[in-house]
Order: sequence, then C-alpha cells, then structure tokens
Amino acid sequence: MPAEIYLNVAVSGLLTGLIYGLSALGLSVIFGVIRIVNFAHGEIMVGGMFVTLLLFRHLGIDPLAAVPVVAVALFSFGYFLQDLVVRRVAHLADHMQFLLMAAIAVVIVSLCLMIFGPDAQAAHVSYAYDSFEIGPLLVDKVRVYAGLAALVVSALLFAFFRYTDTGKAIRACGDNYMGALVVGLNVRRLYALTFGIGCACLGAAGAILVLLIDVHPYLGPSYTLLAFIIVIIGGLGSLPGALLGGLLIGVSEAMAGLFMQPSLKSAVSFGLLILVLLLRPQGLLGKAAR
Amino acid sequence: MMKRLLDGVSPRALVLLAAFAAALVAAPYVASPYVLSVLIISLYFAFVGQAWNLMIGFAGLLSLGHALFVGLGAYTSAVLFIQFSIEPWAGVCAAIAVSVLMGSVIGYLGFRFSIRGVYFALLTIAFAEFTGILVDHSGWLGGSSGLFLPVTHGNGNNVFMLRGSQSMFYYVILFLTGAALVLCRLLVSSKLGLYWLAIREDQEAAEASGVPLFRYKMIAVAISSGMTGIAGVWYAFYYNNLFPEATFSTAQSIELILGTVVGGVGTLFGPILGAFLLTPLGEVLTGLTESFDIDGIKTFFWGLCVIAIVLFRPGGIWPWLSGLLDLDGRRRRSQP
Repeated sequence: MPAEIYLNVAVSGLLTGLIYGLSALGLSVIFGVIRIVNFAHGEIMVGGMFVTLLLFRHLGIDPLAAVPVVAVALFSFGYFLQDLVVRRVAHLADHMQFLLMAAIAVVIVSLCLMIFGPDAQAAHVSYAYDSFEIGPLLVDKVRVYAGLAALVVSALLFAFFRYTDTGKAIRACGDNYMGALVVGLNVRRLYALTFGIGCACLGAAGAILVLLIDVHPYLGPSYTLLAFIIVIIGGLGSLPGALLGGLLIGVSEAMAGLFMQPSLKSAVSFGLLILVLLLRPQGLLGKAAR
Repeated sequence: MMKRLLDGVSPRALVLLAAFAAALVAAPYVASPYVLSVLIISLYFAFVGQAWNLMIGFAGLLSLGHALFVGLGAYTSAVLFIQFSIEPWAGVCAAIAVSVLMGSVIGYLGFRFSIRGVYFALLTIAFAEFTGILVDHSGWLGGSSGLFLPVTHGNGNNVFMLRGSQSMFYYVILFLTGAALVLCRLLVSSKLGLYWLAIREDQEAAEASGVPLFRYKMIAVAISSGMTGIAGVWYAFYYNNLFPEATFSTAQSIELILGTVVGGVGTLFGPILGAFLLTPLGEVLTGLTESFDIDGIKTFFWGLCVIAIVLFRPGGIWPWLSGLLDLDGRRRRSQP
C-alpha cells in the first residue's frame, strides 16, 4: 500500500478524533465537577443529532450553522435535567446514579424512536462529495469543516473555563465542594450550569457529526462507550485529556479499519481502555488518584 | 446450619416465605404456558440478580458487565455440547470454571492495580464488550449469525441433559434461585459475610483491622461469576440460540441488574422481589401499549417507571416493603 493512504487515513482519523474529543469533553466536564458519570451521554448526543436533522430538513439550516442553536437547546435540556432530576440522586450510591442515567437514556432513545422511527437518516449537504487536495493528501471537505468546527467549540470551552468568572467558579466547585459552599458560591446553580455546558458540548458534537454519519436512534450506546474509553484514556475529569484521548481513538480507529475488519475497530479501543486502566488508571493526563 | 439459616427471621417472614415458595412450586400445575414463561424469566433474573448482589450488595464491588459471565457460561456449555457432544451436566462444570477464571482475571487486575468504584465498573464493561466483539468475529462460535443448539422433541424430561418441557426448565431455575437464597443467607451470616460488609462499609478501616482485602474481594467475584456462569448454561439450553450482541452487550448487563437495584441492593430478598416486579411490569406495558403500534412507546414508559422508582424509593422496594409488613419482627433487628 502506498504511503499516501496511511497519511490520508491518519488525517481523516485526526479530524474525526477532534469531534470525538469534543463529545468526550461533555462527559469529562460533568464528571470533573458533579462527580456523576453520565451514562446517557451518547443518547443525549443522538437527541442533538435529531434536532440538527429537523432544522436541516424543515428550515434548511446547514448542520454547521445549526451548531449554536443545538448547543443552546441541549444546554437548557441539561440545565433542567440536573436541577430537576439528577440533583436528587447526588447522595445515592454509584449504582443508583448509574441506573437513573441508564433509564434516562432509555427514555431518550424511545422518544427518538417514537418521533423519528428506527431508520437511518442523513442530511445531504451540497458539499458532501467535495474534497480538498493538498499535495498527496485528499481530504473530504465535510470532514475538514467538521474537525475545524469541533476545534473552535473546544477552544471556546477552554476559554470559558480559563477566563470567565463563572468558568472559574465551576472549576472551584469541582476542586473543592465544601470550599465552594463556604465562599458563598451558588453550587446548585453552578452544577446545573455545568450539566448544561456538558450537554451543550454534546449538542455541538452531535450537530457536527450529522455531516459525517447517518442518524438512527440506536447510535447512542456505542457513543456512550466510546466517550468512556476516550475520557478514561485521557484522564476522567481532565479537559485536555479528553481532547487527546479523542484524537488517539480517532486515529487508532481509522488505522484499525485499514489493517483489519472495520467491525473489529472497537475491540482495539476496548483493548486500549483495559491497558490504560491497568497501567495508568488516572489516564494519560489525569491527576494521580487521591 | 439450620439454626444459622433461621436465626433472627421472624415467624411472620417465615410464613410468608413458605407461602411464596409453595405458590411457586404449585405454579406449573395451575398457570398457563404464558404465565409460566413470565415466571421463568422472572426467576432467571432473580437468580442472576442474586449473584450480582453478592458483589455489589455484600462486598461493595460494582460490576456493570455481568452479561459477560452469562455469555461465557452459555457459550462454553453450548460449544461443548455442539462440537464434542458433552452434555450440560458436565458442561456446567466447564462453564463455571471458565466464568470463575474470567472473573478472577478481572478481579486480580482490578484489585492488584487498586481500581475502584466507577473505574472498576468501567473495567468490567470493557471486558464484557471486548469479549463480545471477539465472539462476534469467531466463526467457530457462530459469529454474529449466532450459535444454535439442536432441539430434540419427545424424549421426555431429562434434567442432566437440560432437555424437556417448559415445567422442567421452570423447576431447574426455581431450584437454582432457592439454592442461591440459602447460599446468600449462609454467606452473609458467616465470618466471610462480615468481612465483606466491613469492606463494603469502609475499605480502609477494614484493611486497618486486618481484613485481607484482596482475598475476600476475589472470593466475592469468584462466587458471583461462577453463579452467573450457571445461569448462562441454563439460558443457552432454554433459548437454544445465542447471539453475541444479545448476550454480552452492556444493555444486557443493565437488564440483568435492574431488578436487583429496584428490589434493593444488599438485601437478601431484594433481587427476587425486583425480578418479580419488573418482568411482569414489562409484560403489562407490552399489553397496554400494543394497541398503539408505535415503536419505542413501551420502553418509554418502562424508563419512566425506573426513573420514578430511583427517585422515590432510592433504597429499593424491599426495605420499604419489609418495614411495611413488619417482617423484621418486633425486636427490629437490622437485616443484613
């Protein structure tokens, strides 16, 4: 096989990895602050994908232009989900929280199924079959746009947590819950904001992903697992780690698709997960365990 | 042993338990085949739930990949039967061995590298999904097109061959569930059970008081995975078809543990109560929503029910129900 093929696959894997990373950021933000593992992650993202599809079909809005709209929609969803439901299980054992999130996931999948039906649906944009040619590289236009969009949203998120007061307050809640209460932060509202922001990431990632794959209600669980793999590899709760993990998984999946049966690619990801859990359980960029 | 089994159980609880057991034993003579099939599935979930409860409820180890052990038990016994004509009564030994071995590998890796809580749960998910994908790609195991057991008719009931009528499968799983209840009761009231509770409540304190964490956690995982492997053998011969996606997936693991969480984790009777509530609930919802003919409407209401239970009975239904019926007796002994 000529070398260009590897390069091409690697680049498209990197671009897909950026979107994976953005989606994993959503999981990482929520776990890092609220300490709740969002087992409905993939399903919420699929909900965002369907919203994007609706906007595209009925209003003719390009999925990339829909990113802010979907992000805002899922932000409100996440805000109220945390404030009305998830908040009430914060003191319960891990398995109860897990069950609640899994049940929420079931409800979301069922809703999508009831409204949109079980078939795979796609948004066909006018530039779907165009590609950029850079030297020996041949990259799909949609993939480049999608990767860049994911990068922009991730950068906005990093800037938010680094430079705004609200972002700093949220990080304070994550670092020291008691301390945040003592200095008078409104932790309940900040938690709801955090869950909202996490879901907004998912909405953005979902909207972007509509460019690359067909949507159907049963996509959710595999993306939930994928996001787990990514954040564990990068370090649960670490934002740069989530992005790095996304890139790693994007490239390794693309490469696995080249060297073996494409359906085996998730075995490679799970293998990586087991390795990381055993050798560096806090993840590549995570802080050492308490 | 009898004394340990019955010590501290109020007469009221004993009478209720005996009545419940008698009703279950008599069920095949009065119930329709449909009702019996619902009871069979309930008992299956009750049995696997008890096995899972042993880990999370007694030793505090959260496994979210228990479908792995069902799948291993099922595939082991099925392959031995199909390829080497080894009958299930022998196959079940191999199935237990394979399940316990896999459980021990996961436990060894997890506990040696001190992976805890959510991380340990994710490790179990990873192993289950990984194995599922491997089986999915193994032609010898039928791959994604499934593995089918030859069905023979008219040879009468044979428990050792696991071939026979619906009632026979019913009594086998009823026996297993009853045996598991007795086993769990004995374990919990033993020294081993006390060590587990100590680990569950406070691992550091348990270690400081000299409880060998690694050994007792490994024992919990081994017993739990072995029991689940037995359930897998029963599953394989009851359904006669195995698909990797349907046996190993995380969705399957969730279904296995749902009843227990709803019934009450860490209680003896919670897994049984939960299974006998949720399975019929699913059937009732199927009946109610059938007329609408909309995809997903059943699972929608089902999910809402589970959310409601988590929000309003977070400790599970059994502790609440047993308080309501005053099963603990007047002395209010705390139930393990």
